[in-house]
Amino acid sequence: MSSATPSPAWHPAGVSAHPLRAATAVVGVADAADPSGMLDGTVTELEARMIREALDDAGLTLADVDGLAINNGAGWAASLEAAERLGLAPRWTDSTQTGGSSFEIHVQHAAAAIALGLAEVVVVVYASTPRSSHKRGGGGFRSRALGGVTPALEWDLPHGLRLPMGAYALAASRHVHEFGTTPEQLASIAVQTREWAAMNPRARLRDPITVEDVLASPVEASPLHKLDCCLVTDGAGAVVLTSAERAADLAKPPVYVLGAGTCHTHASITSMPDLTTTGGVVSGREAFRIAGLGPGDVDVVELYDSFTITVLLALEDLGFCAKGEGGAFVADGPLRPGGALPANTNGGGLAYTHPGQYGIFLLVEAARQLRGEAGDRQVPGAEVAVAHGSGGVLSAMSTVVLGSEATR
Amino acid sequence: MSERTDRGDPTTADRMLPPESPAGAPFWAASRERRLLLPWCVPCGAAHWYPRGFCPVCLGDEIEWRPASGGGRVHAVSVQPKVPFPGVGGEPPYAVALVDLDEGVRMMLRVVADDAWSVAVDDAVSIGWEPLSDGRHLPVALPSDPPA
Repeated sequence: MSSATPSPAWHPAGVSAHPLRAATAVVGVADAADPSGMLDGTVTELEARMIREALDDAGLTLADVDGLAINNGAGWAASLEAAERLGLAPRWTDSTQTGGSSFEIHVQHAAAAIALGLAEVVVVVYASTPRSSHKRGGGGFRSRALGGVTPALEWDLPHGLRLPMGAYALAASRHVHEFGTTPEQLASIAVQTREWAAMNPRARLRDPITVEDVLASPVEASPLHKLDCCLVTDGAGAVVLTSAERAADLAKPPVYVLGAGTCHTHASITSMPDLTTTGGVVSGREAFRIAGLGPGDVDVVELYDSFTITVLLALEDLGFCAKGEGGAFVADGPLRPGGALPANTNGGGLAYTHPGQYGIFLLVEAARQLRGEAGDRQVPGAEVAVAHGSGGVLSAMSTVVLGSEATR
Repeated sequence: MSERTDRGDPTTADRMLPPESPAGAPFWAASRERRLLLPWCVPCGAAHWYPRGFCPVCLGDEIEWRPASGGGRVHAVSVQPKVPFPGVGGEPPYAVALVDLDEGVRMMLRVVADDAWSVAVDDAVSIGWEPLSDGRHLPVALPSDPPA
């Protein structure tokens, strides 16, 4: 990365002297996925492998780790049980579970904790093997037990909405109604994402597709087609964070956490306050405020793409285009390689991998782009990246703004 | 639930029995007589959905169950080409909507329509009831102005 004098845009004097800005950095990353959609090893073995690889990447060891964030596990206390497995006695712990955005929230929490000296080296990890589980007759995602009477079981489930796609379809229905967004515009997001996947040898789906292909694929929940929907694959990943001071001495160029923000608005789609506006308005505003940056400063975005509508709403809510204009915005092709706003550069949840909770991969890919490690799919000169997680059914949004040395 | 089938359109005997929470009990009791009751917060003077034993605006527990008009409008809709699992939904394809009731609350309901694809945002609907095997009924939405 360049050590040139930072652009004034990155240092709006007096605008962001926020104590979180660039106080910490992502210093190690790892992820695992395979074109078969499956991985060898159990979930807990994969977690350990990801942590080992991410620490290796950072030039750190398990002995350096004093903080752990993990949301996974069939047990009753995710980080407690994981720490035991890993032989850790962390002085900072986080089991926050908001679905796919959990990892962005873990980074937000970890950055604050490290900045305050509550921890020095934090590992965030995730692994899931729904595809292998399903192939073995284990029921995939349905293997998770449902306990007690939940509002979703009592009031939503009996009506037969397919989840999660049905919830996203209702949001898309509303976006179509209010703003005239078309199925073609939504489809174009999948088309552009596939162009990135073609450059990722580990991606599950690499063949190019057209808007017509998307529209010709089976309807999963109108107006969403199969190719508007993410994959179900095995997958795993981890990131390591530490203080900016310590990051300076480690193996790889630091990827600074410039800002982070979170907002969750509902659990069931029935209770979403506004079907066309997500908590990304709040999480993005907060992340950009802390970073002292705006959407115009961003070189590459990793936006959780559980469904094409998820990306469209994120683009609007984070301010890359105005509310309601997402359809026209994406139709111009800005998200593709060489586009004005390169997005989901690993092929995303739509074509790379999606093990149920994809948020860890957003952070890993953003870090690789800022380190210049993305190979064929490297966005030239990427200095500022956004990793934007979405969890539940457009329920929990968490935005992390990351930057290279030049942005510090 | 009886034998698994992905055909959907469960008969009364096959239909999933929704679990009943303490807060939702008055709704289910009234459903036995095909009456739609909604929880109202007395101090706030507003209905809310779903029932949770307290008002989601003021957190007060002075809740009164009042009859609803049974009228509403489709806020968003999605056609389901297959059921998520046996015992729920209808004969595919069927429409599931978020319906804004006249009382100002939003409820998820299956729309019972001859042509699921014809159900559109802003359509007027009224509440209907489908029998459950335990004597309760499941609310559904019926198009108010079915196409001729």
